[in-house]
Amino acid sequence: MLSRVADSIYWLNRYVERAENVARFIDVNLNLLLDNPLGIRQQWRPLIITTGDLQEFEKRYGEATAENVIQFLTFDDQYPNSIASCLRAARENARSVREIISSEMWEQVNSFHLMVQDVSKAKSLADLSSFFAEVKMASHLFSGVMDATMSHNEGWHFGQVGRLLERADKTARILDVKYFILLPSIHDVGTTLDELQWIALLKSASAYEMYRKRQQRINPREVAEFLILDRQFPRSIQFCLIQAERSLHHITGYPADTWRNSSERALGKLRSELDYLTMDEIMEKGLHEFLDNLQSHINQVGDRIFETFFDLEPVS
Amino acid sequence: MQAVQFDQYDPGDFYDELFAAKGQPRDEAKLLIERLRSLSMQEIQQRQKVAQNTLFKMGVTFNVYSDNQGTERIWPFDIIPRIVAAQEWAELEKGLKQRITALNLFLDDIYGDQKIIKDGIIPGELIESATGFLKSCIGLKPPQGIWCHITGTDLVRDRDGRWYVLEDNLRCPSGVSYVLENRRVMKSTFPQVFSTLNIQPVDDYASKLLETLLNLAPSGLPGPTVVLLTPGVYNSAYFEHSFLAQQMGVELVQGKDLVVADGYLKMKTTKGLKRVDVVYRRIDDEFIDPLAFRSDSMLGVPGLMEVYRAGRVAIANAPGTGVADDKVIYAYVPEMIRYYLGEDQLLANVPTYLCWEPSQQQYVLDNLDKLVVKAADESGGYGMLVGPHATEAERVDFAGRIAANPRKYIAQPTLCLSRVPTLLDDEVCGCHVDLRPYILNGKDIHVSPGGLTRVALRRGSLVVNSSQGGGSKDTWVIADQDESQSQSQN
Repeated sequence: MLSRVADSIYWLNRYVERAENVARFIDVNLNLLLDNPLGIRQQWRPLIITTGDLQEFEKRYGEATAENVIQFLTFDDQYPNSIASCLRAARENARSVREIISSEMWEQVNSFHLMVQDVSKAKSLADLSSFFAEVKMASHLFSGVMDATMSHNEGWHFGQVGRLLERADKTARILDVKYFILLPSIHDVGTTLDELQWIALLKSASAYEMYRKRQQRINPREVAEFLILDRQFPRSIQFCLIQAERSLHHITGYPADTWRNSSERALGKLRSELDYLTMDEIMEKGLHEFLDNLQSHINQVGDRIFETFFDLEPVS
Repeated sequence: MQAVQFDQYDPGDFYDELFAAKGQPRDEAKLLIERLRSLSMQEIQQRQKVAQNTLFKMGVTFNVYSDNQGTERIWPFDIIPRIVAAQEWAELEKGLKQRITALNLFLDDIYGDQKIIKDGIIPGELIESATGFLKSCIGLKPPQGIWCHITGTDLVRDRDGRWYVLEDNLRCPSGVSYVLENRRVMKSTFPQVFSTLNIQPVDDYASKLLETLLNLAPSGLPGPTVVLLTPGVYNSAYFEHSFLAQQMGVELVQGKDLVVADGYLKMKTTKGLKRVDVVYRRIDDEFIDPLAFRSDSMLGVPGLMEVYRAGRVAIANAPGTGVADDKVIYAYVPEMIRYYLGEDQLLANVPTYLCWEPSQQQYVLDNLDKLVVKAADESGGYGMLVGPHATEAERVDFAGRIAANPRKYIAQPTLCLSRVPTLLDDEVCGCHVDLRPYILNGKDIHVSPGGLTRVALRRGSLVVNSSQGGGSKDTWVIADQDESQSQSQN
């Protein structure tokens, strides 16, 4: 398979997943605000902090009001990680590999893009949460269509790797939002409000029901464990890493638990570390520090994949 | 609801492809017209709409450069087909084969011994001054001696019903994907008509094209790798590149996917570099190798020409074929046919006046109001003066240009393109058409039956280009009715 083609399918999936997660991101905050009966000051700045793009935001928008943050993360054409930009990039990637992917996939990503464009032009933020629900559903539809209409060949596995790494990274960031929200009000820990916030967070990762089946009581430590270490929940970080590693070995044809190139090594090492990690160790290190570190490791896996498969230069 | 008034359809002063006279369809069109007559205007419009939607959904689009959103648009499609009788097609086919054979011999000659120049048939300075002539191709021997593998010759029919070759298009002719997709749509639009008429199929084009390309691979090489080289998603014909690659099952590559290593052309894959044996390039000569031609080209592959010269990769069409697209060289095709084949041309050239010859130039300048003046190195309707429709100032301007650079200009009489009934809003009107058949030159020469019919969708307009309000029609090569009926009875 051409490196460029593999790269495009990888990024097509990453961008669709990214758009979905930005929607989840904003949604968790909207949910948190709705559950703030005590009139606690709105907190939108943490959202921007966790994207890592605070500087760009402040330069262009200044104050982190709800409207500014939502505009920036949702419709801003110049911000490359806004939902609208992600969809444009996803569509461009899809267009360049149309002869490789199924036409159903192309149609889905195209209509997804058009849907976001329409809302963006209408500039109506009245019914935000139904828009974010639509974004999430369109992304699910895309991955379902891809699963059901494209051969599970090398290209498909590159798509999986892209989607799963993106999801692992974003689950880490969603969990991190809570950390920033908590900061100014540390005395709230263990109160009803605290519990409501954790519930909102679980819901934004579509994890609430599945968590209940497993754990019942809402307990910060267990929620974090569920989202980081659970091996069965499809948005947990460890689940994503396990599946991504499987796809990576499908691509190389090299046996699992061994490595031949730097991408297999980086991903295998990260996954096996989590295999034997306990929540005690994570808490000891500090949840935020742990998540921060994890994100940079996931980025490194992405870099290794780029070097191994996409950035081929002949030996001269 | 009123049926469509084909009884009243009047070809008037024009040659009409479907009607011999007012209300009288040609033999080969009788069944189709009968079928159309049985439909109401509403039904026809409905089918037209369904056909357009289908094409849009299939993504049969072209890009519009001026639009910075990079939007793809559908090329308007008209559901009333153009019909060519099988006997007439057989004549065209013979003429096209003769022409391609001669043009190929010409290319082999001028990049070889240049006998045609030495024998005084074509002046050497005309060849050397032609834009498409590549000095660096002199002495090259492409596989099987074939230079032009894929050709899309533009034909037009004048008022008197005679066919003329307008352009040979030996470089990267596009449009064949519309032929295939239009046919697919027409089959679902008029299934009954297809089952009663003997319409020659075009679906084997992709297989034939692949054969043509595989024919170029070094013999004895098991499983040669063929790629289609595209400038990328922003090219106006990107849909076609992607479509053809998909239909042939070959990789669609961009310049950045390819690299020269160890003396071979290779593509970058996830499993390392893989050798490429045949390149079907949809990039113009001057862009294919920044080391050999335009150094600012980002589309090509540095070093490709070196590998080609060493015979380690085949390129279709061969670099250098553009020389024969020069309109001054075009004027010599009848002589080429005589010189190389000892035959008279079967398909006529449009009479062409060469401005670099003083006597012909004088004629052109005296008759600017009657002639079409064209720049020798341009195509697609650019750089031309349509004398009868031009203003005095424009004619003066062109007269100056001709005097300053006579080699660059030719002139031709204005032709009156034939017409085909076409749906415009809620009316059936005669609209002007041309025809571009596609010719594949491999082990033998194959002409895909029919080709692309482009139609001018503005009332009275002669411009069939997609960028200027043109559309397309399906083209049916059909045995005449009596014959097809007797065949179906047998």
